[in-house]
Amino acid sequence: MFAMRGIRKAFGATQALDGVDLSVAPGEICGLVGQNGAGKSTLMAVLSGALLPDAGTMTIDGARYAPRSPIEARRAGVAMIYQELSLAPDLTVMENLLLGAEPTRRGLLDWRAMRATASAALAQLGHDAIRPDATVGDLSVAQQQIVEIARALAIGCRVLVLDEPTSSLGRADTERLFALLRRLKAQGHAIVYISHFIEEVTAITDRYVVLRDGRNVGGGPTAEATAGDIVALMVGGAAADLFERGPRQRGEPMLEVADFEPGGAAFTLHRGEVLGIAGLLGSGRTRFLRALFGLEPVKSGRVRIGAYSGTGGPREHWRAGMGLLSEDRKNEGLAPGLGIADNLTLTRLEPFGPGAIVVPARQRRAASDWIARMGIRCSGPDQAAGELSGGNQQKVALARLLHHDVDVLVLDEPTRGIDVSSKAQIYRLIERLASGGDRPAKAVLIVSSYLPELLGLCDRIAVMQRGRLQPPQDAAGLTEHELMLDATGAGRA
Amino acid sequence: MTTRSLVDRAGTLIGLVVVAVIFGIAVGSQFYAPGNLELMARQAAIVCVAAIGMTVVIAAGGIDLSVGSMIALTTVAIALALKAGFGPASAAAIGIGVSALCGLINGVLVTQLKVVPFIVTLGTMLVVRGAAKGLADERRIEAPFTWLNDLLRTQHGAALLPAGIWGVLGAAVAIAALLRYTRFGRHVFAIGSNERMARLCGVAITRTKIAVYTLSGLLTGAAGLLQFSKLSVGDPTVGVGAELDVIAAVIIGGGSLTGGRGSVAGTIMGAAIMTIIQIGCSQKGLANWVQQIVTGAIIVAAVALDRVRSAKGR
Repeated sequence: MFAMRGIRKAFGATQALDGVDLSVAPGEICGLVGQNGAGKSTLMAVLSGALLPDAGTMTIDGARYAPRSPIEARRAGVAMIYQELSLAPDLTVMENLLLGAEPTRRGLLDWRAMRATASAALAQLGHDAIRPDATVGDLSVAQQQIVEIARALAIGCRVLVLDEPTSSLGRADTERLFALLRRLKAQGHAIVYISHFIEEVTAITDRYVVLRDGRNVGGGPTAEATAGDIVALMVGGAAADLFERGPRQRGEPMLEVADFEPGGAAFTLHRGEVLGIAGLLGSGRTRFLRALFGLEPVKSGRVRIGAYSGTGGPREHWRAGMGLLSEDRKNEGLAPGLGIADNLTLTRLEPFGPGAIVVPARQRRAASDWIARMGIRCSGPDQAAGELSGGNQQKVALARLLHHDVDVLVLDEPTRGIDVSSKAQIYRLIERLASGGDRPAKAVLIVSSYLPELLGLCDRIAVMQRGRLQPPQDAAGLTEHELMLDATGAGRA
Repeated sequence: MTTRSLVDRAGTLIGLVVVAVIFGIAVGSQFYAPGNLELMARQAAIVCVAAIGMTVVIAAGGIDLSVGSMIALTTVAIALALKAGFGPASAAAIGIGVSALCGLINGVLVTQLKVVPFIVTLGTMLVVRGAAKGLADERRIEAPFTWLNDLLRTQHGAALLPAGIWGVLGAAVAIAALLRYTRFGRHVFAIGSNERMARLCGVAITRTKIAVYTLSGLLTGAAGLLQFSKLSVGDPTVGVGAELDVIAAVIIGGGSLTGGRGSVAGTIMGAAIMTIIQIGCSQKGLANWVQQIVTGAIIVAAVALDRVRSAKGR
């Protein structure tokens, strides 16, 4: 059906794809797996016309295929079904299904034909329970996904790419989706199935392809592989030497969490300790952290931070000596339009003047101090945070926690999307905070989907799997392989 | 002042100089005679003081469409109070208090209903206008002549400028300092720039926003007092559309409707630009429609400039 050969794509100095091959036959479901950053999304962006490759060829049914935009890709018969659905929530199912291809009669919309076409398309998928004139926003996520797939088929797409289609579906909906995929397969469609959940890949796909660091590292018929084989290919044998451990002294308990919902969490974090939370995207890690910090409702449970206990908002948590680094740097972590000084010192302006006064010169001096200590590259403390590179933005966001001098640092994906040298700097910083040295050691809680990072930094690691936080385990004896098996729910053999 | 805000403000300053030079040449040197300058200051004072409050609202990412109605309600309240026998000072306090209360209600509605401020204040714009008309029984309310009527009048032998103008300048300095040198000011810009970040950082968003709208109401009340001083009656139909002049002054002065930016100095320059165009056009004998076209074009140009600046900041 379609084939990609020797696809290469670089972003600046990073080679995201380094000669990747992928082909899928009609009536075949191919699983595409790999860790975050392995190149899956880039490869699919190339396939769907969102990115132009630097090198490589693509064919569909033997004909050359080189889409320059997602619209061209759709015309050629390739449709992406993304995690975030791309439907118009205020329009009806039939309007969405036939968007841009509405039947008309004498220049006016032919509603009757629209309804008939939509009903037929949904019935063909075995989902005639979805009414064509229902408003899409009122449907469940699972039903919206069906509408999205039906739309792709209605405009004649024969190659479907599903990116993490089950991340927000329950068991029953997942089963129904699988039944639909088998039906499409029987009709001769070619399907690429991307998922972090290895047991889904082994359940639904005919063949699997593993990417790591932008290269093909293996693949074959799914029937001949175990979950363990696939995970072994995903993690490879690499262990970075970015992580140098100093001597850590476990001190008094700083953060105690018991019977905490959402997440079902129970753990104690001490001074001089780094606790990691591993888990896949969408497993509920971020939701748990946000609830822990009072940004989202807490259903039940107890939290004690130093001398403070209770469940207040972010303000109370900062006061109690706990700071959160958001995973969403652009939308929540920083105010791109404000200067570095304002971004960095917002949680603790008290030192800059008597009473409610803020003396800008003092605020700038404190910010300059952090800029020098963290090695932030900028033109000065007044430069807008939005003008900095990702790594330097992240250092500003981290410096906020240091300026506040919190005892408990909660870091959500601290190195996501930043360059290697900033990463190394942040690792050294975390190490220094945990080992203390001339200052009292801190307690650090890190969430990351990059396993080598957790294994390199953490004393203990807890796995979040489908919304439940498992008890922490000693990191010393753990391997990436074991963590990945736990996180994907494949179970250790 | 940071280098960045200097650059931001340069556009407004250049605009002000250009407009001033053009009308200076067109009208002649009498345009800058002390008497004429004072006329312009008096004309600008009402919009200016309300726009200082609006600067804070817009910096916090909000908007207040009800200020025109609040000005009318304030004039009515002051006239009624004077008629009821209150002294001038108490009557002024009552008028300003009523307006501050309207601002407080705006703030509470915006934060508690979680409805966007455009809609909330569109509603209160009508409610307050209706209340003013109801209180005044849909008529102008005559009030006894007191020193309140002299606020925008030059006293012979007295302090250089009318008392009302000194008041506006005092408010400008106070609010500029509040925005720049207090925690409240930093929180206002943080909320306007990125509310989610402000929440993450523990900024008391509800309290700050309510304070912002109340402050705007208070300053709008001061604008209403000056309006009463000029009219010497309580007029429930005055200030229709004044909110748009007020918002325009803030936008021309570098405020951004997406929040996070705005300065008192810029706003005052914005109000000055609009006043020069108004008075310049009328003294040149140009029709009202010319003046409206020029003002409108300047607003669009100012916002286009704003787009270019924010595109650079991302």
